[in-house]
Amino acid sequence: MNSQGNVSRPDNRPENDKVIEVSHLTKDFNGITAVDNISFTVQEGDIFAFLGPNGAGKSTAIKILTTILRPTAGKIVVNGCDVIKDEHRVRESIGVVFQEHTLDTELTAYENLYYHCVLYKVPRKERKDRIETMLNHIGLWERRNHLVKTFSGGMKRRVEIVRGLLHYPRILILDEPTSGLDAQTRFFLWNHIEEVNSEYKVTIFLTSHNLEEIEKVSRHTAIIDKGRILSIGSNQEIMEKTRTGSLEKAFLEITGYSIRN
Amino acid sequence: MEVIYTMLIRQVKLFYRSRPRIMGSIAQPTLFLLALGLGFGPVFEQTGELDYIQYLTPGIIGMSLLFGSMMNGMSLIWDKKFGFLKETLVAPAPRTGLLVGRSLGGSTTSILQGLIVFTLSTILMGYRLGHVVVVPLVIVVMLTISLVFSLLGNIIAAKVDDFEAFPTVMNFLILPMFFLSGAIFPISNLPPVVITVTRLNPMTYGVNLLRGTMNLDLSLFNLVDAGVLLFLIAIFLVAGSSVFNKIET
Repeated sequence: MNSQGNVSRPDNRPENDKVIEVSHLTKDFNGITAVDNISFTVQEGDIFAFLGPNGAGKSTAIKILTTILRPTAGKIVVNGCDVIKDEHRVRESIGVVFQEHTLDTELTAYENLYYHCVLYKVPRKERKDRIETMLNHIGLWERRNHLVKTFSGGMKRRVEIVRGLLHYPRILILDEPTSGLDAQTRFFLWNHIEEVNSEYKVTIFLTSHNLEEIEKVSRHTAIIDKGRILSIGSNQEIMEKTRTGSLEKAFLEITGYSIRN
Repeated sequence: MEVIYTMLIRQVKLFYRSRPRIMGSIAQPTLFLLALGLGFGPVFEQTGELDYIQYLTPGIIGMSLLFGSMMNGMSLIWDKKFGFLKETLVAPAPRTGLLVGRSLGGSTTSILQGLIVFTLSTILMGYRLGHVVVVPLVIVVMLTISLVFSLLGNIIAAKVDDFEAFPTVMNFLILPMFFLSGAIFPISNLPPVVITVTRLNPMTYGVNLLRGTMNLDLSLFNLVDAGVLLFLIAIFLVAGSSVFNKIET
């Protein structure tokens, strides 16, 4: 981030239009197929939404993309690197915000961000400036020395999102980033995510159950259910295919109206 | 190296920010020291063969190292449950570094506990260190012992997902290791079967080495103690790296 709280891009990134390439990805858990032979690509600079009902396979796919779960079959390339053969380089190039909070609540906000800098090898002399800029941008610099366990859910999420950007990733992966947050925090976060994407070309890959918000933010969407991709394309294409006027209606047409377990 | 140092510092911060943990970790060995020292001390001393406080103090320090280091694995279970582990697993940091840093952090906190027990025993029970110059060596021995059990605790924690099962598993291992190590009573007169068990117990070698170093009563057998502990550290490092590299959440 520069002094305005924006993300600067390093100059040495490899050029590759497709930053995520997934081919025939399958993941089985003891005979139960969570992800079933899915393929898709995400272009650099896109905001790509991965939507599905509960238990559709979204989180499993995200865990595989972020290298913390191994696929049963298929090839997954992130930023030109295979997630199995070259997991280290994949990890360097992505920022991740998980659905559940993953800050250490017994540490301060500053300590959490500083430890992230160490884990991601951010140059020592840049750490303090980056953390200060990021925390100022989300209005939490004054709370930097407070333990995270004293923060609200929205404050924690703001810290997590800037943490995901501290090492200047090429892709930011967000698993339900606004789940459980109030309207003001959601508004702030979506604006921040769009700013990071539009001004600095950080590719955004996200999941959410808030389809109204996704329709406004994402440019391309994949709808997944029971481990399979049922529809993929721009939001407009998906709505046209289903002859519906909103992404939410299209989603229900595609995945059905029955309640999932 | 910075990853190791950072994880170490984190473990120390988590320890000193938890007052109940500090109090509990000091109270337990202190109670053992007072109860056993005051209770059994006169009995052993009547036999004229043993200065029991000189015998017991290294054993209770060993107990602090054993309990503190093994239970350090609890923070890994905590991190699994509350998400921080994911943050470290998606980072491009070597997982062996994470294991070593966590283990050294657990070792550091248990050494601090051991030093507190040592101070209390000196003040309250009249324990006499062999010589002040052995203090650095004592700390090295404490580090060696605690690293064995920190690594073991983290390996077990990496394989156990159940928050409530971990303490049960730990107690199942820790209590026999403690009581059959010679920490609180001599084991040389035990039945042959039990002696065989004590020889398979890594804590026996730790307590022997610590007692020999603190009381300046070292022999060639202590080289075997040191060798066993270093061998176990090497084994647990290899096994732990393999386990940590395979952690999935």
